[in-house]
Amino acid sequence: MELKEKSTDILIIGGGAAGSFAAVMAKEKAPHLDVTIIEKAHIERSGCLAAGINAINAYLNPGETPESYLEYVKNDSNGLVRDDLVYSIGKGLNRVTEIVEQWGLPIKKDANGNYLARGPRSIKINGEKFKPLLADKVMESNVEVLNRTIATNYIVNEGKVVGCFAFNVREGIFYVIKAGAVICATGGAAGIYRPNNSGNARHKMWYSPFNTGAGYAMGIRAGAEMTTLEMRFVALRVKDVLAPTGSFAFAGAKQLNKDGEEYLKKYDKINTPMRLYATVQEEKNGCGPCYLDLSNISKEKDDELRQSLLGMCPGIVLQWVEQGVESNQLKVEIEGTEPYIVGGHCQAGYWVDIDRKTSLKGLYAAGDVAGGAPKKYVTGAFVEGETAVINAIKSIQQDQKPENIIPSILIEKEYERVIKPLSVKNSTTVEELENRLQEIMEKYAGGKSTYYELEKGKLLEARNHLKNLQSDLEQIKADTYHQLMLAHEVIDRVDVARLLVEHLLHREETRWPGYQTRIDHPLRKKEWLKFINSRLNPCTGEIEILEREYVPRELKKLKGVGEDDD
Amino acid sequence: MTIRINPNLCNGCPGRKEGRCERICPGNLIERKQGKAVIEHKSDCWDCAACVKACPMNAIEIYLPEEIGGQGANLLAQVKEDEILWIIKNNSGDDKKYHQAR
Repeated sequence: MELKEKSTDILIIGGGAAGSFAAVMAKEKAPHLDVTIIEKAHIERSGCLAAGINAINAYLNPGETPESYLEYVKNDSNGLVRDDLVYSIGKGLNRVTEIVEQWGLPIKKDANGNYLARGPRSIKINGEKFKPLLADKVMESNVEVLNRTIATNYIVNEGKVVGCFAFNVREGIFYVIKAGAVICATGGAAGIYRPNNSGNARHKMWYSPFNTGAGYAMGIRAGAEMTTLEMRFVALRVKDVLAPTGSFAFAGAKQLNKDGEEYLKKYDKINTPMRLYATVQEEKNGCGPCYLDLSNISKEKDDELRQSLLGMCPGIVLQWVEQGVESNQLKVEIEGTEPYIVGGHCQAGYWVDIDRKTSLKGLYAAGDVAGGAPKKYVTGAFVEGETAVINAIKSIQQDQKPENIIPSILIEKEYERVIKPLSVKNSTTVEELENRLQEIMEKYAGGKSTYYELEKGKLLEARNHLKNLQSDLEQIKADTYHQLMLAHEVIDRVDVARLLVEHLLHREETRWPGYQTRIDHPLRKKEWLKFINSRLNPCTGEIEILEREYVPRELKKLKGVGEDDD
Repeated sequence: MTIRINPNLCNGCPGRKEGRCERICPGNLIERKQGKAVIEHKSDCWDCAACVKACPMNAIEIYLPEEIGGQGANLLAQVKEDEILWIIKNNSGDDKKYHQAR
């Protein structure tokens, strides 16, 4: 591989929702600074917004406030979130929504010209070209974009993140990118567990299969503190095509078991994890499969539903037509997905402060890779991207101009690590190792086939198997640069899985039934209202678990009394 | 899920450094070989339909693989500035069309 050195002021890793928004904001606030995005695919359609989305699910409609948003998120997360982070997101949601509307995002309006509400915190949009629109804005803003560039590790010099290593998946260029500040916005991780579907349908999943935990893994390898990986996200989706269920719920669907019973009524405190948990329990108890029933939908509403799903998950409409499903037969089977590790729906990610600064000097995090703030979705990711750049800009202005001399030993070491799969012989394919990872996690760490249930004995097995798998990764083989990318995706996911298993072991309660069900510790316990954090000690290679206190937001602010000064 | 690229319709986007579909696939799955776009890693496709919408020749269609009960129907898109016309071709020859504002 050809070696290329580059230098920039602000380096953003990942050009999805959080990264793109961050880049535009950086150029707006500090036009004199160089801003560079490195993007795994091409920014025009990369990341979670590739297909488009039909709603913004974190917007405060009239009557909602940052306080009520925090209450909602906290309730949905069974009491444990970073109140400070969630609240700060709540304060920015409407502002960033208005910004993207100005950039050209079509948001539907009601008769009075207000955004068309789909629920208290949800508005309807025509979001099929949301990502191309963000990408256009990035390009207009004179942000440098390195497409098809895979980040592999941070450059950490004298305890500070001063850039990252990367390679181009088409041209085989190895990059050493130096930066004044680095923002990680790579997204979360799919493919750690066995996917719902197999063969040619294996990537028919809810989350982007191309988000493979690179940002987490780079942080882990550099010794960053991570939080709440054990709150895995399991989405409740339409079977086979894994279409979102939200569109059905908002259209008034009934959630029924095989006997036609509205089974949620049997369960307490219905929130997002409980809807999933209840469905899984129904199946486990022989009352499945479960369905979303829309058979009383009008023809007009059906057309509207089909149109909106085409801009998000076209496969489901194809399936309906193929199976001849008419409006009055709209009744879809639902199931849980593979567990994903994602900070935008749940809260797995970097432990950040209110500035979105990680525990590593010089490194910020935003979007799905940033922990502690679930249900932030796209607009929350924008808020975090903006916050991260504002503080990254400040840190650059405060710092002396960095020396920016990277010791050559660091470069050589990472270059060797990155290209190694191209030269190993007698080796194992990427697919074999990926399958092994997914089987270990599926069987021993609460996959779908075990009703997502966790117990100590099995988790200890997972720990051992992963250790062996990790040493076998030395033999991973790649013949092309594309395969090299796939090889590093598996390497990254194993690093994430190892930390995940330690988190799952450590939480000896059931905080989030469905997402984290410990059958050997089935109750939620007061003493566990705290964060489990972890850190891989880069010197010893050992995983250290840290417990962090839950800090409630002051009650008077929660009640909306008094003004905020922040 | 996956796509099918019709080599008879694909013109390889002559004059472009990257073909339209090759450029926008979020998984880097499409590359041009001998002037035609091909999907090298079919089972890695996410079914986002970005390529289906980007192809100026309407040469790309989505189909449901047999693993999730696919029976041979496929989905095509004709894209205009503010509207997409989605066309679902069924085995019965009975096409369904949907207009979607964008």
